[in-house]
Amino acid sequence: MATQDIIRRSGTSDVTPAAQARVGGVKQVAKLFDATKCNGCKACQVACSEWNDLREEVGSFQGTYQNPASLSPECWTLMKYNEVEADGKLHWQFTHSACMHCADPGCLKACSTAGAIVQHANGTVDFDSDKCIGCGYCASACPFDIPKISPVDNKAYKCTLCSDRTAVGLEPSCVKTCTTGALRFGTREDMLFYAEKRVAELKDRGFTNAGIYNPAGVGGTGMVMILRDINDPESYDMPKDPQIKVSTELWQDVLKPLGTAGILATAGVALLHRITVGRNIVEEDQPGYRAEDHEEDNQ
Amino acid sequence: MTNHWIDIKNSNVVIIMGGNAAEAHPVGFGWVTEAMQHNNAKLVVVDPRFNRSASLADHYAPIRSGTDIAFLLGVIRYLTTTDQVNFDYVKAYTNASYLVRDDFDFHDGLFSGFDEEKGDYNKESWFYQLDDDGYAKVDETLEHPRCVWNLLKQHVERYDFETVSNITGTPVADYKVVCEMIASTHTKDRVATFMYALGWTHHSKGAQNIRTMAMVQLILGNIGQLGGGVNALRGHANVQGATDMGLLAQSLPGYVKLPSDKEPTLADHLAAHTPKPLRPGQTNYWQNYPKFYVSLLKAFWGDNATPENDFGYDWMPKWDQMYDFGKYLDMMYRGQINGCIVQGVNAINSMPNRNKNLKALSQLKYLVVLDNLSSETATFWQNEPGYNEVDTASIQTEVFRLPTTCFAEEEGSIVNSGRWMQWHYKGANAPGEAMADSEIVSGILMELKKLYAEEGGRLPEPVKAVNWEYTDKHNPSSIELTKELNGYDVNTGRQVSSFAELKADGSTACGCWLYAGSWTEQGNQMDRRDNHDPSGKGITPGWAFAWPVNRRVLYNRASCDVNGKPWDPNRTIVEWKDGKWEGIDVPDFNAKLNPQDSAHPFIMQPEGVGRLFALKLLKEGPFPEHYEPVESPIGTNPLHPKVVHSPVLRWFEGVKDTIGTKEEFPYACTTYSLTEHFNFWTTHCRLAAISMPETFVEMNETLAAEKGIKNGDLVKVSSKRGHIFTKALVTKRLRPLNVNGQVVHTLGIPRHGSHNALTKKAYTCNVLTTEMGDANTGVPEYKAFLVNVEKAEV
Repeated sequence: MATQDIIRRSGTSDVTPAAQARVGGVKQVAKLFDATKCNGCKACQVACSEWNDLREEVGSFQGTYQNPASLSPECWTLMKYNEVEADGKLHWQFTHSACMHCADPGCLKACSTAGAIVQHANGTVDFDSDKCIGCGYCASACPFDIPKISPVDNKAYKCTLCSDRTAVGLEPSCVKTCTTGALRFGTREDMLFYAEKRVAELKDRGFTNAGIYNPAGVGGTGMVMILRDINDPESYDMPKDPQIKVSTELWQDVLKPLGTAGILATAGVALLHRITVGRNIVEEDQPGYRAEDHEEDNQ
Repeated sequence: MTNHWIDIKNSNVVIIMGGNAAEAHPVGFGWVTEAMQHNNAKLVVVDPRFNRSASLADHYAPIRSGTDIAFLLGVIRYLTTTDQVNFDYVKAYTNASYLVRDDFDFHDGLFSGFDEEKGDYNKESWFYQLDDDGYAKVDETLEHPRCVWNLLKQHVERYDFETVSNITGTPVADYKVVCEMIASTHTKDRVATFMYALGWTHHSKGAQNIRTMAMVQLILGNIGQLGGGVNALRGHANVQGATDMGLLAQSLPGYVKLPSDKEPTLADHLAAHTPKPLRPGQTNYWQNYPKFYVSLLKAFWGDNATPENDFGYDWMPKWDQMYDFGKYLDMMYRGQINGCIVQGVNAINSMPNRNKNLKALSQLKYLVVLDNLSSETATFWQNEPGYNEVDTASIQTEVFRLPTTCFAEEEGSIVNSGRWMQWHYKGANAPGEAMADSEIVSGILMELKKLYAEEGGRLPEPVKAVNWEYTDKHNPSSIELTKELNGYDVNTGRQVSSFAELKADGSTACGCWLYAGSWTEQGNQMDRRDNHDPSGKGITPGWAFAWPVNRRVLYNRASCDVNGKPWDPNRTIVEWKDGKWEGIDVPDFNAKLNPQDSAHPFIMQPEGVGRLFALKLLKEGPFPEHYEPVESPIGTNPLHPKVVHSPVLRWFEGVKDTIGTKEEFPYACTTYSLTEHFNFWTTHCRLAAISMPETFVEMNETLAAEKGIKNGDLVKVSSKRGHIFTKALVTKRLRPLNVNGQVVHTLGIPRHGSHNALTKKAYTCNVLTTEMGDANTGVPEYKAFLVNVEKAEV
């Protein structure tokens, strides 16, 4: 995806803002997961691994159809399986679990490394692994528990929404592979329009609690879900009201500006000191002088 | 499938029973969600397990494995007693009005003509009353007490809600909902489809399971319609093609018959299989049997087939009994077979009663395995403690492994469930020494020819006479083989354009009459890729080639009434308009005839109608009847305790001793596929192995609690034939069922256990299964047998 499309980046502040010219020039996109059409076949999960060249270890049975056990640096999309009893019926619910591409991404806010996490003009939240220092702040800040730190290189990894595909007009590989039409991809506006229409259909079919999962606490998400019962997203392993942690908000909105102010203040004091006191020159015959510190000087 | 995948979008009610389309056919299942979303269709799933299909169903009903016939005969009773019947259809297009012989009878679980000693029927009485011209007598008022309709009503009378529920374990409330949903399609503007697969075939009465459903569809008027039909979902690419090409032990390509030793001459054979019409004015399409048969013999033997030598009929093998896979394994077990070529199957893991089969293969002098993977069959002699315990030193079988190409490494056609022959091209060259199966088999033939020529031997004639006129005799091309299957004029070499051009005089050769039209003088019809759908109903005549003659919906004459008017104008396939037939599909009848003269849509039958009464075609009887699985968790048949299971089963010597009782093995068990895997093949594929790394046994929470088994615990599952160790998946998706005054627990085991692949080493479920199977087909009862389970020490 074009670097000139980056509209937000981590580890920076309003003092040095990201480019804004492309905002609005590219439409916001969204992936729609319709849980009421999903048959849990894992085609999306396997396609994700195919496209992104991911190969998790072959594991072992953990008492569930869910394999691997969790998202990992080698598994960016995972189908989750939940047996739920509701309305006097058994429901076997499948969740397409991957990055939600929040409009207001906690990971990006938490990340202190300049440009390691970026948001593109189309809304996609992407990691630049090269810049990642592996601090894990993104993982702890994510209300959906998505980013995972690789034990191989100590960097964070997650779904990119196939930004390399969407950049050239293709849908994400999971959407391309979906067997039942449970996954769709398009502009956020279109996906929400379709989702509303679909929810109305579902209500007509007797799913009176069907609804759209697009949580406001993170500013809405780039993966929108249609759930059988919108009042019980926990039954799909989705948080009911995901929020960016106060500590992350504090970090982004208070501490980081404070930090910036602190750096500026330090620089100011230093400048003042330079002007008023001047350089602190250490002479060779003064105590504390070490010749090796000044080797270059002697060459 | 009488219809095809896309056509499912036209359904109003989709019933998945005897299959698990979301799990085993996830791509095709997309047409189910399409029907649900855009045609407001309802999805009904009936299965022992709440499975992936059930997860999206409007209604799920549990059923005890092996009781589908009781379930469906109860549906028929419900339809007939509530008059939810498409009577116009039933009267015109089924044999409901046909009179059955007075000596046909049914009592206490047995039809007339049973021979206790032989365990078989004299089927004489299972036939129509005939008039002086040899035509069946009918009573169109359906009032005659001997008409099929009244006999059927009498037969299903016993299957009321409570009786059905008592046998199947399906709660009455659930059962009623399913009955009502199915019945809603008896009106002319609503149609149901049934999607089934191995969940119906893998029973000791598999053919009757399917037949009972077909009867339901006839009564509702749902066959020949858009969105309807009888839809077998084929699993293995290319199992439909393999079946078309004579997979069944007594079939030849195009479903013509392998001769029996009761048919010593061609004339005998043709007389036995060329039916006479049972009603006046019938198309009776099998009257063309001699044309198809002689053309097939010409394809087999070429110029060596002449009228004087019965076109080489003498060179055809003749059977005295069914030599299917099960029979051969039993013969191997008894040391009666020297060598075996295993092709396209991981036999040791796929066939039932694995421990017996290990002994069977060990009796062979040689075993040749053609496979593109290192299968457990080729390494059956290797001791693998815990998984394949054999005494290697005592096995003298010499094993040859011949690596083959996989489908992506060769060009050719694959026939899908909807009978579409779709051509594909080679995607990559095969690695190493791998060769196509056709090249390997040709090589064997060439070597045989050479050896016979040099050394002579017994019965040299067929090997000498076989027609093998390919450019490279060691490696016929897919194109040459396919053109031969289509058929050609032997004098001019012109490709025939349809099987109507085939002749019984030896002037045409055709390798599979159903495939005629697939490669004509206009070229390869199978690689056409025009998906234009002018009607919007999913009929795409320019996409690939559907056998027969590019017809997309079989029996489509039944989509309109006797006057040629569609039952439902929104489902018009063909229509009589302004003195001629018009439509969107190739008519499945003689379109030169007017509506009344063509009003016998089931043209392959000599009476032109669908059979609610099957005459002598199936071994168990002309009507289906509920019989218990060979191993029954209730140990009796509530309808007739003296005839518990099918009375006509094939019992190999000693097999009775391998059948467990409910006292020793109290739990029902079934086996199935998972979406993540295709048989044993994908256990060698890393991504598939990651997505489902290990097999398991599913059981309900009540049983697990009783047995002190927790989710993920190692357990021992045993049957009369052996035991396996595996891990427990304790789930709400299986539940105890109340059956005949007792609680029946069902366990479920996926069939992907391999010990020689990328997945975790595992036992195959076929250590537990029995080789007892359907009397008509020999297909084993993989889906219903008895086991015990206990927590294992780790």
